[in-house]
Amino acid sequence: MDSFANRRHIIRFFIILIGLIFVIRLFILQVVDTTYKLDASNNVLRYVTQFPARGLIYDRNGELMVYNEAAYDLMIVPRQLKAFDTTEFCQILDIDKEYVNEGINRAWDYSSYNASIFLKQVSARTYAKLQEKLYKFPGFFVQARTLRKYSSQNGAHLLGYVGEVNEKIIENEAYYKLGDYIGISGIEQTYEKQLRGKKGVNVYLVDVHNQIKGSYANGRLDKKAEVGANIISTIDLNLQAYGEKLMKNKIGSIVAIEPNTGEILALVSTPGYDPELLVGRQRTKNYVSLMSDTLKPLFNRALMAQYPPGSTFKIVNALIGLQEGVVKPYTKHECYGGFNYARGRTMGCHVHKSPTNLIESIQVSCNTYYGNVYKDILTNSAYPGIREAFDSWISKVESFGFGDILNSDFPNELRGITPSKEYYDRIYGEGRWRWQQLISMAIGQGELGTTPLQMANMTAAIANRGYYYTPHIVKEIEGDFELDPRFREKHYTEIDSNYFNIVIEGMDLAVNGEAGSGSTARLAQVPGVTVCGKTGTAENPHGEDHSIFIAFAPKDNPKIAIAVYIENGGFGGTWAAPTTKLMIEKYLNDSIAVPWWEEYILNAKINYNNVQENQHMD
Amino acid sequence: MYRKINIWTNIDWLTVAIYLLLVFMGWINIYAAVYNEEHHSIFDFSMRYGKQLVWISAAIVIAFIVFIIDINFYSYFAYFIYFAMLFILVAVLIFGKEVHGAKSWFEIGAIRIQPAEFTKIATALAIARYLSSFNVQINTLKSYVRLAAIILVPSILIFLQNDTGSALVYFVFILVLYREGISESILILGLFLVILSVLALVLSKLIIILLSIAVIYIIFLILSRNVKHTALGFLILVFNTAVIWLLNELLNLNLSQYFILLISLGISSIVYLILAFRYKIRNIALLIIFLLGSIIYTFSVDYGFHNFLDQYQRNRINVTLGLASDPHGIEYNVNQSKIAIGSGGLTGKGFLNGTQTKFDFVPEQSTDFIFCTIGEEWGFVGTFLVIALFIFFLYRLIGMAERQRSSFSRIYGYGVVSVLFFHFLINIGMTIGLVPVIGIPLPFFSYGGSSLWAFTIMLFIFLRLDASRLELLR
Repeated sequence: MDSFANRRHIIRFFIILIGLIFVIRLFILQVVDTTYKLDASNNVLRYVTQFPARGLIYDRNGELMVYNEAAYDLMIVPRQLKAFDTTEFCQILDIDKEYVNEGINRAWDYSSYNASIFLKQVSARTYAKLQEKLYKFPGFFVQARTLRKYSSQNGAHLLGYVGEVNEKIIENEAYYKLGDYIGISGIEQTYEKQLRGKKGVNVYLVDVHNQIKGSYANGRLDKKAEVGANIISTIDLNLQAYGEKLMKNKIGSIVAIEPNTGEILALVSTPGYDPELLVGRQRTKNYVSLMSDTLKPLFNRALMAQYPPGSTFKIVNALIGLQEGVVKPYTKHECYGGFNYARGRTMGCHVHKSPTNLIESIQVSCNTYYGNVYKDILTNSAYPGIREAFDSWISKVESFGFGDILNSDFPNELRGITPSKEYYDRIYGEGRWRWQQLISMAIGQGELGTTPLQMANMTAAIANRGYYYTPHIVKEIEGDFELDPRFREKHYTEIDSNYFNIVIEGMDLAVNGEAGSGSTARLAQVPGVTVCGKTGTAENPHGEDHSIFIAFAPKDNPKIAIAVYIENGGFGGTWAAPTTKLMIEKYLNDSIAVPWWEEYILNAKINYNNVQENQHMD
Repeated sequence: MYRKINIWTNIDWLTVAIYLLLVFMGWINIYAAVYNEEHHSIFDFSMRYGKQLVWISAAIVIAFIVFIIDINFYSYFAYFIYFAMLFILVAVLIFGKEVHGAKSWFEIGAIRIQPAEFTKIATALAIARYLSSFNVQINTLKSYVRLAAIILVPSILIFLQNDTGSALVYFVFILVLYREGISESILILGLFLVILSVLALVLSKLIIILLSIAVIYIIFLILSRNVKHTALGFLILVFNTAVIWLLNELLNLNLSQYFILLISLGISSIVYLILAFRYKIRNIALLIIFLLGSIIYTFSVDYGFHNFLDQYQRNRINVTLGLASDPHGIEYNVNQSKIAIGSGGLTGKGFLNGTQTKFDFVPEQSTDFIFCTIGEEWGFVGTFLVIALFIFFLYRLIGMAERQRSSFSRIYGYGVVSVLFFHFLINIGMTIGLVPVIGIPLPFFSYGGSSLWAFTIMLFIFLRLDASRLELLR
């Protein structure tokens, strides 16, 4: 009936064959092969994370700015704990018994068999002492880490700092585990992925005495840590240090940019802080005290403080006037101490020669002239009405990089403020507003808000005669990383390049005009270099006005564009202009011809009483 | 002719005893795998061993119910059960709950049921019913198609639930068909396709095509015993290839070597066919079809591998074939599993003393990787015993299947053997790194109500059939 019954033998044979293969395999695995065997006494594998050294940061001349120092975390595995001599333990580590008990409870809460940090950042000396005695403390082991070290106290704001990851970061990014470090601001934050490298792991065999017996399976499961990529910053550390020195005892900021690349040469924000304060075990304590400082040392004014541009903005209005054809280089306006723009309403001006043409108007910074220019821009008959004329104006203003973040490689830039026509529609009703209501923007006051970085960028655009590169802080990343291509992209302003030479003549005269000719910025002269600059004063409702100066040099083929802000410094020519002069001289000539100027700036006493609250315009 | 027999005295009590032994051993290993000091009462129902105790009790009740149902129920309702299960599989695709990426669960209150586990029983019943029908010859095209449909439809539905492991189980029914006399050539063809699939993934397309050509020439040489014809055929291919290669160079067509060879092979095949027709050379047409078939097949395996499988499935296959190394992903699991088993040594670390399995180094240590706990705590002695017990169990079930008087019972018995064997093979093979990581439970051992109940029902249906085997007189 069943002619295939013999096949049962083959099936049985097959099943027994598989069983035999399994048994042989298991015999090899369990009895013969010792690589899979850990001693009979409950040995376990220990996965020790290899933390890569974070990438170093250099300045543009190859000078080291940030490096690493070894530190050791004492780790704990609660399951492996045995009773130990707490007194000795506390003595070695310089901690009290309470900390030990709390630490052990904390570790139990975290996990009974996964290692967690018991004591952070033990110094190399303590580590040496501990290492000898570690066999007495089963359940503890030491993990090597690195801490950031700084070659100088300069550049804290732009370098940023490194801190422990919080729970939110751990949840969002699988790479980070409890106790890992991450860049929190500045270069450390923006270039975190490049700087951090890649964690590795070593798998060790550990015996009951907490001694590492050796690498497991000849290191087959180990993964080498990849060192973080080094970063070459665009910063000139000498210039940066010099800027910070000049700005001591002052509130304000300096941003210097290389115009033909957009590279940031110096970025000073004062008061600052020593970057070393935000490293190591004292970090949290120091952070809290820096946070509560009323002068806000952690606040990066260069990117995040917003001021009206003041008279420096006249250059932009002059350029837009030229582009719109409402003003010519030879156009003259008379000035009798002010601009009457409505009955009984005058925008005041200081005493200077009159009338002036366009170039002279920049030299003497005439408010009346720009009242006229701005009126002509907004009432230009080429446009059907003020809304369209305004639109054209604001679009050109924004083409200089105002009103939005520049998208530099800083993590938190402020956008600044440029008003829209809808804004005025809301206030005055649609189309029911006149140029008179906007007049303060003629001289850079009113509804405009710009950051020092944006102003330095505008200066670079003028120096380049019409375009800028997005300012950036990193020049090169070593290894397989490329700098973001957005930093190699030219951004053109909406002004034809030939108009720039006209206003640059004015900026030249403002600095290098003859004594008594009304030049506003003669204090910015640098011997042997033609500096082109413009003063500004940002109105400050809370106290003395802020002193602003923008400049670039040399006039032809500019090497540096700079914006200097000194809060409550009054007129731009007084403090900001000589500070700029020193910065430019330092960068281009490398020495100061008349050291007296240095003394002048260093000894400047600016009154910061009553202004500690609300000193930032908002 | 039938006679009535007291089924209770005719139960194969030895098999029941082995069943109970396996279930008990499974339970103590689950206890060991999830044991920790804070919860050590065996009746702690928040722990898996507590729950498993509930599943086991229920399984015994279920076994009893299976036993009191009339013997004819299973063969009469085989198709009905089968189609009902297919319906449920479709339903689970639509209404099911997703667990670990597989949409294969029904949730009823606190209990989650995995219908795929029970479909195996239905499929075994359906195959038994079909093959035991009158007038059914296994080696006919009609039977091939119907059997393929019975086996593949549930497999595909389960594959769509993203439960690849359970879907693969169905291929083991080929063992049943083998016992029932399916032609060896079908099996050889199947084996050939498996080998070809592996080669398609391991070797480059160019090497596969060269290998296939070489194999075909050798087969032709053996069949025809004509060296002259073989050499001539080879020269034709070389000539064609050279011509196309030259054309490619001269006309800058930029064809890859693979395409040059493929075109040359196509032209040569036409030449061979013409020559074969003229000189009446045998076997040529068949061999060419065979060659083209395998080229198309390897190509589609490669295509399917890269387009239809998920990344994790590809990884598992690649790691097992040694094409990729991933010590922290899949290889990690297997490695940890091997460490756990290997660390057990000859006699093991002792009950509850395992460290590797308990400290969560081994994933899924109470379900798919339960064998690790056995290996670590009971050592080679334990693993040997478990394997020996399984082999003896399967051996005995084959014996029981062979003693059946009705072919339905015998075929069903072989279905039970095949499914148990497949789970045994894949699960243990996986933990010791011999087969890819495919998540299917170890019968009676792994934690989980669905799988325990399904294996229990499956086994006890067979025991029920066996107890009544003498009712049928022949």
